[in-house]
Amino acid sequence: MPTKLCVNGTTHYSESSPSTPLLYVLRNELGLRAAKFGCGLEQCGACAVLVGGESILSCGLPLSAVGEREVVTVEGLPALAGAADGLHPLQRAFLEENAAQCAYCVPGILIAATALLAWNDAPDRATIQRALAPHLCRCGAHPRILRAVERAADQLRDSDDKRQTTP
Amino acid sequence: MTSAKPRPSARPPLSSSLERNPDLDTWLEIDRDGTVTIRTGKAELGQGLCTAIARICAEELDLPLERVRVETADTARGPMEFMTVGSMSMEDSGSAVRQVCAEARHHLLEQAAKLLGIPMGALRVVDGEIFAAGVRRTSYAELMGGRRFERRVTGEVWPKSPAAYRYVGRKGPRIDLEAKLTRGALLHDLCFEGMLHARVLRPPSYLARLVATDVERVRSSPGVVEVVRDGAFLAVVCDDEACAVRALEELATLTSWDEHERLPPEDQLATFLLEHTSQSFRVVEGTAVAGEVLDATPSAGGTPHQSTESPGQRELRATYLKPYIMHASISPSVGIALWDGERLTVWSHSQGVAILRLAIADSLALDRSLIRVVHVPGAGSYGHNGADDAAFDACLIALACPNQPIRVQWMREDENLWEPYSPAARVDLTARVDAHGRIENWRHDVHSNSHMGRPLPAGGKHSNFIADWHRVPAKPPIPAQPRLEAHAGIHRNADPYYSLPDRQIFKHFVGETPLRVSSTRGLGAFANVFAIESFMDELAHASGQDPLELRLRYLDDPRARAVLLDAAQRAGWSEHRSSKRATPAPPALAEVSRTAPGSTAHDATVASGLGLSFARYKNVKCYAAVAVWVDVQKATGRIQLRRVVISADAGQIIDPDGLTNQLEGGFIQAASWTLKEKVRFDRVAVRSRDWESYPILRFDEIPEFETSLLDQPGMPILGAGEATQGPTPAAIANAVFDATGARLRELPLSPERVLAVMGGERDLA
Repeated sequence: MPTKLCVNGTTHYSESSPSTPLLYVLRNELGLRAAKFGCGLEQCGACAVLVGGESILSCGLPLSAVGEREVVTVEGLPALAGAADGLHPLQRAFLEENAAQCAYCVPGILIAATALLAWNDAPDRATIQRALAPHLCRCGAHPRILRAVERAADQLRDSDDKRQTTP
Repeated sequence: MTSAKPRPSARPPLSSSLERNPDLDTWLEIDRDGTVTIRTGKAELGQGLCTAIARICAEELDLPLERVRVETADTARGPMEFMTVGSMSMEDSGSAVRQVCAEARHHLLEQAAKLLGIPMGALRVVDGEIFAAGVRRTSYAELMGGRRFERRVTGEVWPKSPAAYRYVGRKGPRIDLEAKLTRGALLHDLCFEGMLHARVLRPPSYLARLVATDVERVRSSPGVVEVVRDGAFLAVVCDDEACAVRALEELATLTSWDEHERLPPEDQLATFLLEHTSQSFRVVEGTAVAGEVLDATPSAGGTPHQSTESPGQRELRATYLKPYIMHASISPSVGIALWDGERLTVWSHSQGVAILRLAIADSLALDRSLIRVVHVPGAGSYGHNGADDAAFDACLIALACPNQPIRVQWMREDENLWEPYSPAARVDLTARVDAHGRIENWRHDVHSNSHMGRPLPAGGKHSNFIADWHRVPAKPPIPAQPRLEAHAGIHRNADPYYSLPDRQIFKHFVGETPLRVSSTRGLGAFANVFAIESFMDELAHASGQDPLELRLRYLDDPRARAVLLDAAQRAGWSEHRSSKRATPAPPALAEVSRTAPGSTAHDATVASGLGLSFARYKNVKCYAAVAVWVDVQKATGRIQLRRVVISADAGQIIDPDGLTNQLEGGFIQAASWTLKEKVRFDRVAVRSRDWESYPILRFDEIPEFETSLLDQPGMPILGAGEATQGPTPAAIANAVFDATGARLRELPLSPERVLAVMGGERDLA
């Protein structure tokens, strides 16, 4: 029996077996390939996606365990932010800071940062570092990734402030 | 040593890439719609190559950046530039593209002048449109769109003056990044119609022998399309990736191997390297020379040695060790191949698709003209990792499953166990210092394995592809040969950049390697510069000199002095030295901790220190000085990086932000090697199979950075991708010494080792 799955605002019925890790369903069945396979052991963070608003490592999450929770991948981030230019503020900040080298780890980091900023809109450097600590980056792009998250937090707060002051 | 001077009267020499690929059309194509395609034989590895090449092209041709398309390494088209290694891409391909585009622009203007009857000097180019007296007359697209230049690059046209630059030297966006931040845009994400997913079952250790397996049983499992077996090469092929992972697990449980204790004890590498040395060479001006080496074995022993030969004179000796280190790419390797019955097409994240193609042709006894290898960016590799092997795996499976694209993805354990590591190294240094602190002589002995294990065409009998070791008939690895050329592998940066008298440098090639080895970012520079820059620090302390002053005493090149002074000044070196002089307490366990600027640690449980280090990569490329502030937890021995200052001179800067990214990224990777990394193994097999058994530096361990770029407009571009790899480990070790008085000579600088050394020997001085 197909498994019902809500991803990036769309309902899908997956034909994969319920024990299949969510990562393979997203990448191969739904063609959402931003989330990456890094270790398959929940140790590196490359496969993180939002599940019910939480950053979850999809390589270790069986399809059957997703349930009713909404899944958001990097492809769904712009819509999540209601971004008119097709980029989530975090994605824009990462581009502005050139916050990557090979970028393999970055989709997972964008997800973790999205989850962080959802509950803390003014994280200090140490908080961001702790939130991203489960994510490995081998190229050493960390300084600019940290700057990009700070930049996105600033921009999100600014736009919130504007929204609040606009009648 | 003297620095290169600009030679404005001389014509710029053609880069070796242009000499090999002189046909302009190989590099450049102008479409009818004005789009310009520039081709390079180098690969985008995450280092920002595409962006740098696009900027150089847009600059020389006066084009908007958006109109430039970059095509990277593909054996079917574009220039042949061998491999993307050794910090050579900007010098090889960057310089070539600059010359190609300058000549193309000149030729286009010549044509326009003839056509319009206007002297060339009266024409101006704005965004690919050609103007005379403020009026648009024609354009590149109108002159050349869709046609070929049909000419060779001569080197007779001068590229633009740096004063006129619009893109080069300024910060700008990475052109390849948006795709990578919004969707799957890497090799790992390629998906072809009808593509099958494969997994390879490797032996559990290098010399494990296949005892039994049950291919038929797995073949009949649901979803399995094929199980490929050639000797001990085993692979499962499924139309679904998750199914392939399950089939791999099933095959593994049905397969048994015979394993033996064949590896040396992990903690005896220093002795192993000495005892297994097969050839020794003297290194003169960076180059190894064949011939008799007397006294080839330095005195063994990991502890420093000093003796007084005459009043005021002292001889110092120390041994530095580096373990085997992984590339540890964030993704296990991927290869995709399609065999249509006649031709083999391969998509790979290899650093050298041109050589890979030749090696595949050799192994499969297939004519090279039937093979095309296309580079597609993947996860960063930092040298020769599993990429080439995964590509070859895909080829073998594709030959067994024709007409269907085959995607092989290695599992994490495959990558960790089978990637070729950066070889272990042992460096012994000896020097004599006189009563005035002058260095009288210097001896450097480096013992290590080969840094060259890449696949090469080897005449069919040997192969550096893992799969070939397991197929029938099995081909053993190509026997490693010592390389002699300047700063090759083991002796890269063994010759110090300092003008030291009576220097004797020896390279000891250890042919036998317990673990598979090949090229990793920086090659021998990491171990050699760790030793040299630690030893300079030791010599300075032993002779009561400021480590910065001692280095400057032997640095003649003003550009080298400039980066060193710049880093020292920004890090607060002289203030720190003065405050230390004012506090006569022994550095080891001073109760008043010195704190780094920006440091929050002020308690007596933490010791803070500043360390300095310098190298010029291969003695001819980027200059880099690194200053590091560390905190050492006295109770745990944990080293925390607080603040890092990098000062670099990479000649003319093409992309300052890209350069900073390389320098800082190189520091972080080398700091991870320095603080954490070591391939663990027992007598049977490698045990570092995942990220828990092979930890790397994490986000919460990243220091603050200040990176200073000393631009040299108009000077040659100096490769910088590996510039900080050398200076990083000694900067950290010297900072730990400054903080605690503990001299660490064996990598990694783990908390256990820090505690052991803090409790035991402290200082030479």
